[in-house]
Amino acid sequence: MADAKVVKIRKIAAAKTMRKLMADHFYELDQAAKEGQPKVAWCTSVGPAELLRAMGFVVYFPENHGAMLGASRIATEAIPAANAIGYSPDACSYMTSDIGAFLQNRTPLSDAYDGITAIPRPDVLVYNTNQCRDVQDWFSWYGDHWKKPVIGISCYRGVGDVTEVHVNGIAGQIEALVDPLEAVSGTKLDIDRLRETVRLSRQCSDLWKEVLETAATRPAPLTFFDSTIHMAPAVVLRGTQLAIDYYNELLAELKTRIADRVAAVESERTRLYWEGMPVWGRLRDLATQFLELQTCVVASTYANSWIFTDLDPADPFRSMARAYTKLFIVRTDPVKERYLSDMIDFFGVDGIVFHDAKTCPNNTNCHHGMPQRIADRLDVPWITISGDLNDLRCYSDEQARTQIEAFAEQLATP
Amino acid sequence: MSSDASNHSLGLDVGAAATKAVLLNPDGVLARAVRKSGAHFASAASACLEETTAASGIRLENIQSIVATGYGRRNVDFATTAITEITCHARGCYETFPHAITIVDIGGQDNKVISVTDTGDRRNFKMNRKCAAGTGAFIEEIAGRLDTPIEQLDNLARSATGNLELGSFCTVFAKTELLSLIAHGTPLPEIVKAAFRSVVKRIIEMDPLAGRMVMTGGVIAHNTSIVDLVTEAIGREVLVPKHPQFTGAYGAALLGLES
Ligand code: SF4
Repeated sequence: MADAKVVKIRKIAAAKTMRKLMADHFYELDQAAKEGQPKVAWCTSVGPAELLRAMGFVVYFPENHGAMLGASRIATEAIPAANAIGYSPDACSYMTSDIGAFLQNRTPLSDAYDGITAIPRPDVLVYNTNQCRDVQDWFSWYGDHWKKPVIGISCYRGVGDVTEVHVNGIAGQIEALVDPLEAVSGTKLDIDRLRETVRLSRQCSDLWKEVLETAATRPAPLTFFDSTIHMAPAVVLRGTQLAIDYYNELLAELKTRIADRVAAVESERTRLYWEGMPVWGRLRDLATQFLELQTCVVASTYANSWIFTDLDPADPFRSMARAYTKLFIVRTDPVKERYLSDMIDFFGVDGIVFHDAKTCPNNTNCHHGMPQRIADRLDVPWITISGDLNDLRCYSDEQARTQIEAFAEQLATP
Repeated sequence: MSSDASNHSLGLDVGAAATKAVLLNPDGVLARAVRKSGAHFASAASACLEETTAASGIRLENIQSIVATGYGRRNVDFATTAITEITCHARGCYETFPHAITIVDIGGQDNKVISVTDTGDRRNFKMNRKCAAGTGAFIEEIAGRLDTPIEQLDNLARSATGNLELGSFCTVFAKTELLSLIAHGTPLPEIVKAAFRSVVKRIIEMDPLAGRMVMTGGVIAHNTSIVDLVTEAIGREVLVPKHPQFTGAYGAALLGLES
């Protein structure tokens, strides 16, 4: 067969700035952990980062490290070490790869950053179970290991409308974190500093939303695969001016692309939505395959999950509670389906790829009939790819490749 | 479509277990060939090409299109294009049964359910999950475990009279169940039929299988009792093309002709 046309992923220039930001972030954490000041707080990806930052902690996000373990493919070698001490191959592979890598004395941070040899040791670990229960188990393992306090928020699940009951409950739990955090940091919470951090976080969220929404343009200037990389500042630096500056730069670049009609996917002909976790160890392969198929994955629930439009500096605790309870992952299926329907309309989506991630049922939405309901109601075709976020033992390259190719063939048929 | 000296198309379905070829022109199928895919997909494809050209007397330069499909579709360097087996099966089946149909293809390595509209467009498809449960690979493993030639399984299943079932989903667990049946002295035909029933269960749980149902694939070609078991399970007629193993290659050849 004649060789397929060689396609190249179009690089985003702002990535250079992002790499510097991330390096600074990890060096800051490393230094703090080595010197004992400022204190290091571990936080779940949608945990109360604003509160921690406002209280002077430097904040480390283990899920971000989990993604790095996946992308570097250290995960698949590290997971068995966690399995061996009782953390099942069916449990979250962010958690198992992170614990496994720790047991093996490995971290992708030391490959990426000279002088960093380990993940930053925490002074306190703060979770929000809005992601899942695994984050609490994960943090508890490290808390036990280092004899450090593990505190957090137990969220509501299966939330339809977010009511005052939800908001009051979660806001109360966030406020209750202040005392134990003050005990660790040795400083009192300054409410004005919290308001300022919430303001910065909201601004970061608004810019991130604008960045993602540029993909509504035809052709889209960025893909889901770009967004999985460029979301890092929204996760680990929200609440700082640095993240805002970064997204201003990225947004300007994307607007220029739109003005110049520069497409992320050359000759874009099909537009897809990705529902579920990324397959971190196969991001490049998948991005390339979609490029070859002239198919742009224009949007995803995953990247959208760091949009917190409800954050309000005038009401920091309650607005954090509201924002972190409105999260897609904790909502009922009818709410999720309304959301997906809006996304399909807004981004002009031709089909949906559901990723059935073996170890993350929480971010997997094809187990309870949702694809079929969406297809029936909105006449949007879909496929399900079996895989995992980090454990490549659960992923068949050939099967995924064939399914994606067949889906593109189906959608390309007039 | 009209036939001329060069208006020939070859479809090559390089599957996990077998490579199938169909050579046709607008007047119909001229030759078919099948080979084990083995470890060299390209060699199996070349052998099929040679066999079909020899059998039909059509020279290679008179074949205007060679469409490769199946797992090894990208290994056929003499193909003009590659199309997935899902699209090819849909096309091949619709040619034979030009209605809204649900196709179940049991392959060597995976199962597919493909819905096709009454105009021949593909509406939806699903593939089985990572596991080999319900596929040709499962049947091969069972034959090995029972130390019985695979081609004898169908007759054995037909001679069974009981209604034994295997409870396990997983292939490994199913094989463990087989071991205990063997240990209890269960007659071989009953064990084979139970294994076939397990294949049927894996298919039925993939999809509601609405409308007219068509079954294809090498497993069906060699084990027609599975079709009977599916018919019994869904309570409706199941259509099977005359050459169920060649549907993908046939569809590929048709798509080549139309391109
Ligand atoms: S939401 Fe999924 S990926 Fe994230 S921590 Fe929980 S189980 Fe792991």
